[in-house]
Amino acid sequence: MTKELLNAKRLLCPLPVIRTQDKVKTMQTGDILEVVCTDPGVMQDIPAWCRINGHKVLETLTDEMEYTIILEVG
Amino acid sequence: MSKQRKAVALISGGLDSLLAAKTIMDQGIQVEGINFFTGFCVEGHTHAIRKKDKAKPKRNNALWSAEQLGIKLHIVDIIEEYKDVLINPKHGYGANMNPCLDCKIFMVQKAKEWIKENDFDFIITGEVIGQRPMSQRRETMPIIAAESGADDLLLRPLCAQNLPMTLPEREGWVDREKLHDFSGRSRKPQMALANDFGFEDFAQPAGGCCFLTDKSYSDKLVDLWSARGRKEYDLDDVMLLKVGRHIRPKQHFKVIVAREDGEARFMQGYKKDFINMNCASHRGPLAMVDGAPTEEDLLVAAQLTARYGQGRDAELVDVTIREKDGTERTVQVKPFKGDEIPKEWFI
Repeated sequence: MTKELLNAKRLLCPLPVIRTQDKVKTMQTGDILEVVCTDPGVMQDIPAWCRINGHKVLETLTDEMEYTIILEVG
Repeated sequence: MSKQRKAVALISGGLDSLLAAKTIMDQGIQVEGINFFTGFCVEGHTHAIRKKDKAKPKRNNALWSAEQLGIKLHIVDIIEEYKDVLINPKHGYGANMNPCLDCKIFMVQKAKEWIKENDFDFIITGEVIGQRPMSQRRETMPIIAAESGADDLLLRPLCAQNLPMTLPEREGWVDREKLHDFSGRSRKPQMALANDFGFEDFAQPAGGCCFLTDKSYSDKLVDLWSARGRKEYDLDDVMLLKVGRHIRPKQHFKVIVAREDGEARFMQGYKKDFINMNCASHRGPLAMVDGAPTEEDLLVAAQLTARYGQGRDAELVDVTIREKDGTERTVQVKPFKGDEIPKEWFI
């Protein structure tokens, strides 16, 4: 199991979803990906994308300027 | 046992593509969705940058559609390839800078490539004859099929009965009698079908799904090309045309002034790429200067920045100007009065 970080700051949806999608394609089942974004829309979209594609959201974090989603590749 | 047939559905996030996909799924076809991101797609989030749109659902409607249908969705970044479609549209532009017919041809062409790579059998779209003026006319339907290379692998379930038979119909993969014969601008057939399927909450974007159909956005894009002397853009250009007031006092520079906190927060991400400024003595917006301004031009930009802050009626306002390297200085300027800004400066 590996853990990777994806910087999707400054991108507007759906680009953070696309970057997440493309990154996950290179990872294995059980790997962990942490995606850091600045578009609040990712809090809706990346979990939706995960549900559709069989990945699991482990944690979401929000502070004033950043939104972080930690997911497990399904 | 017959082979399980598979179709890819172009999912825009609107009602028609949702209904088209569901129509085919109900015939036992395995459907997956594909959504192309050109950079100009209207998304709830882009609007959600601005406070006034905060009430709108912050969701990507294509993802939402796929979730309602219970299908996978592949979102494809075509930003780079799309430039040629926008800059050199063979079939021209619509009312604004929207190359709708070339865009549809390009997306179906990409879908054709996708089904070949992924061993799918055919393509479906939510097109309806007569639904929109440019890309969904009776005479454009065969052009899209032919020029995309999809030919009879392209099935439009919502109006298929008004069109020649496609391969999936001829081969009996789908029953033509269970497809539809919608035509014209009326949305009643779609609403009735949505009701039959039990879809209650779906997106019906009033201005279409693309910023290029928007006059204000198109004007800013044309201005950008005009100022640069060539038709070119990158993703940051596309994004920044969506936010702020764009004011061009001279050909070689323009000022982008945030209209509210959400836009200012978004523009903060570009502070290292542009000279930027905000009022120091009063509350006021973040402004960025694009182009090659002189020192005199920066004072004009500062006057504009002051105009949109709470010091607009003050005699003098302090404005802090930050260079791209972060060095800053504060200047004192007289804010423009509303009628002092020439109308032609506003893009």
